[in-house]
Amino acid sequence: MKKGAGIRTISPLRLWSLLPQLETSHLPDVLMFALVIAVFYSVLVVGRTWLGPFTPSVEISQNPWALPAYAGLSLLRISLAYVLSLAFTLVYGYIAAYNAKAERFMIPLLDVLQSIPVLSFLPGVMLAMVALFPSRQLGVELGAILLIFTGQVWNMAFSFYASLKSIPREMREAAKIYGFSWWQRFTEIELPFAAIGLVWNSMMSVAGGWFALMACEMFVLGSRDFRLPGLGSYLQTAASAGDTRSILLGVFTMIAVIVLLDQFVWRPVIAWAEKFKVEQVESAEVPHSWVLDMIQHSHSLAQLRQKAIFPVRESLMSYFSRRHRAEPATGVGPRWKTWLLGFLGISALGLTGYAVVRVAILLTGLDHSEVSELGRGLGATFIRVIVALLIGAAWTIPVGVKIGFSPRLARVAQPVAQIAASVPANAFFPVILLILIRLGGGLGVGSILLLLLGTQWYILFNVIAGAMAIPTDLKEACSVCRITGVERWRKLILPGIFPYLLTGMVTASGGAWNASIVAEYFHFKGQTFSTIGLGSTISQATDTGNYDLLIAATIVMAAMVVTVNRLVWRRLYRLSETRFRLES
Amino acid sequence: MESSIIEARAVEKFYVQPDGNRIEVIAPTNLEVRPGKIVALLGPSGSGKSTLLRMLTGLSIPSSGEVFWHGEPIDHHPPNVAIVFQSFALFPWLNVLENVEAPLEARGVGAIERRKRALKMLDTVGLDGFETAYPKELSGGMKQRVGFARALVVEPEVLFMDEPFSALDVLTAETLRGELLELWLGKKMPTTAIFIVTHNIEEAVLLADRVIVLGKNPGRIRSDFEIGLAYPRDRKANRFVEFVDYIYKIMTQPDVQPEALVPGQASTVPARAPRQKYQMLPHARTAGVTGLLEILHDGGGEADLYRLAEKLAMDVDDLLPIIESATILGFATLNEGDVHITPEGIVFAEADILNRKILFREAALKHVAILQCINSVLKAKSDHSIPDEFFHDILDEHFSQDEVERQFETAMNWGRYAEIFDHDPQNGRLVLTEPGPEPNHHLSAAKS
Repeated sequence: MKKGAGIRTISPLRLWSLLPQLETSHLPDVLMFALVIAVFYSVLVVGRTWLGPFTPSVEISQNPWALPAYAGLSLLRISLAYVLSLAFTLVYGYIAAYNAKAERFMIPLLDVLQSIPVLSFLPGVMLAMVALFPSRQLGVELGAILLIFTGQVWNMAFSFYASLKSIPREMREAAKIYGFSWWQRFTEIELPFAAIGLVWNSMMSVAGGWFALMACEMFVLGSRDFRLPGLGSYLQTAASAGDTRSILLGVFTMIAVIVLLDQFVWRPVIAWAEKFKVEQVESAEVPHSWVLDMIQHSHSLAQLRQKAIFPVRESLMSYFSRRHRAEPATGVGPRWKTWLLGFLGISALGLTGYAVVRVAILLTGLDHSEVSELGRGLGATFIRVIVALLIGAAWTIPVGVKIGFSPRLARVAQPVAQIAASVPANAFFPVILLILIRLGGGLGVGSILLLLLGTQWYILFNVIAGAMAIPTDLKEACSVCRITGVERWRKLILPGIFPYLLTGMVTASGGAWNASIVAEYFHFKGQTFSTIGLGSTISQATDTGNYDLLIAATIVMAAMVVTVNRLVWRRLYRLSETRFRLES
Repeated sequence: MESSIIEARAVEKFYVQPDGNRIEVIAPTNLEVRPGKIVALLGPSGSGKSTLLRMLTGLSIPSSGEVFWHGEPIDHHPPNVAIVFQSFALFPWLNVLENVEAPLEARGVGAIERRKRALKMLDTVGLDGFETAYPKELSGGMKQRVGFARALVVEPEVLFMDEPFSALDVLTAETLRGELLELWLGKKMPTTAIFIVTHNIEEAVLLADRVIVLGKNPGRIRSDFEIGLAYPRDRKANRFVEFVDYIYKIMTQPDVQPEALVPGQASTVPARAPRQKYQMLPHARTAGVTGLLEILHDGGGEADLYRLAEKLAMDVDDLLPIIESATILGFATLNEGDVHITPEGIVFAEADILNRKILFREAALKHVAILQCINSVLKAKSDHSIPDEFFHDILDEHFSQDEVERQFETAMNWGRYAEIFDHDPQNGRLVLTEPGPEPNHHLSAAKS
């Protein structure tokens, strides 16, 4: 008791007075208070509807005043899916990084899962969730959240795993020799080390979440029609009705939400994560965020930090440190743990084997026309993806290099491109489709344009980054040697941006395969537009409830993506690492 | 005699290759760390200094043998030790104070006590006023001071240091060494023994009560002796220079028993003993060998190794492989710490670029086993080319994974310079260089 009182009077924080005081202001506090009220109200509303009775197809209002609420609901789904993704990422990445046996199959599995389009998960996830909560709205909502999760999680998990694997050896040894507990190692080394990778991948994932949102807020599953109130369903309803004004309003709202997210979430997080950069010298240009400054200067948050977060952190740390020191130094776990793990491993293997057999049986049941449809679809989509990539590269390389070589241009263009990239391409589909139909073009060629819309940004980004990374002395060497025009492109620019271009192309090609599902098959003005392709096969199979065909088409697509990754991209990567790496 | 704090009995480290071949890194070794002493562990790179340190601290488990902490097996009880790392290994996201507090946090020390002890230690190492700075804002010397504070704050019985000064510039390193000695001699640090791994001979003689010299292939103790000089030690003193010379001799004559090299006494150097099963290439690039021969030739054909290293501001660790290369090629000889240029070496040093390549080629094919092997294999093949994997496999038989990479890289560097073969990393193949009328066709092609 005495000790506790002691802490309050001398207070460990008195010693903090050695550190410079942050200036505080009260404006942020007022805003924080308002925020708390808003959150409280939202929780109330959401709780009421989600726990309410099961109404699979809500009437989607086309009233513009419904938009803020719809945007809020969609944002909530994405956020919950993101939290789920983060939790999964931490567990999966951790196990894969520390368990050599598990790593062997967890990482290839991640590769395959990454290549499965979101929509292919849809029927299974949805039907399971609705069956789990047959009388509550919660089931469909959870289903939608899980689907968004499948669109977000894989690259995050991979990034976390890769970060854990690259923690410097001496840093690990320091933790070991000083007897860090598991918790201390996790919070003081592993999480901080992985932070920057996680932040950038989170941004990409959330952008991907908007894409998935469009698909899973409103869909037909066999004879059942599912609709959830949200921005995605608003846009889809507007598109089916051919209501241009509503489409534009919806797209505008979405862009507004994305810009707000960028300002209020991503900028502050990026500025904050700067301190996790592992660098020997401080970099000259540090990202700033006014929101972060405000949070750091908020009086009430400082109070919260000192009164609540600090003690909790402290007791967690000492709890784990006591447990760590009580453990025997030799790290052999209790026997039941080994048994349990063995049992789980064998069950997982057994279930996988069973599933493979079932799928094999199912595939033999496909009739001849379906098989030939798959083959032709694969070819058609393959060509579209390649053409889209080529067109994308053709315009983004010159533009990106131009931007990258001019710092002034880059300062303006980069944030714009970043926002453009996080606006899901499918939000624009209705608009593009309207134009295409006016012009009389078919969806067969038009879908290439739609694919392009979703994927070109990745290439542009990376080309800009690559052009900026070309060292000035190389550029100067070129001008001294009078290397200009085509020669300059061949000798300097193309080799210089090659590794970056490659990264962009890999991401873009993955995205293009995924986007083919929404680009090749579309409900519009009460009609269904479709063209031959693997994506349209998947969409159609979902619509009509032909799950055998859905699984077959998904397997074909995943196999294609993984094969192309292994055969083409990975080789090019190796080439870029050995031959085209710019070492400074 | 006082009982030892740490005792290693017959510790050994080896790696078993997939084909069952054993690569021995450290041969069975006995070693004790006793209270009140600074021990320096010296050795050329590849002698397993760091591996030995990691086994003594319990970070790495020996392949056989055992390490005892106060008479008990070290894996039963976490030893009270700390390590100062070459790369500092600070946590960049924690400020100086938090970095020093982290080990106390791990030991469950409460917030107030933690802060007090950390501040005191920062004061001791001279970092007063830098509490809230982040490591990236500090210079190398300051960073290593944080490293010291972090290590000392847990009051370790033995302070281990793994090349603590080699990432710093010369002046900063000298300052920090002085400060370390001052803390140690003034009993201002809560530590009963210091164990420092280094490849800097002067540093060892300057700091240590006892010096242990390791040899390589496999790592083993070649010499272990006391330095009975009073602190502070004078680098110019005769006894100091004798110790430095003595250690130089041990390190530059891997084939001689150290007993034959008593300080201040001349020794007879036997011809290259056939001790190695396989010739190990020193990791030196051809440009280094060329440069060395030019300097030797200009300097009258011979030089004292110690002076040469000083003149070039190089560690002996970096200089030795270059000299060894010149010796293997027959361009120089090494005798009692003196390097002499041979007649072949003089011819080489006076030749122009093209002729140097020819001379190098002749010498390499005469003396270097792996290059002879590659040359004859390539000549025998009808297409004069072979996957580089083939030679990796040969090297795998004799060296550890990392060493194979370095051996291969050195062989490639030499072979390409000598124009014996060309290496195409894209296809992973070695191709015999055609003996055309124009030996340097690459150069002329690039010029046009």
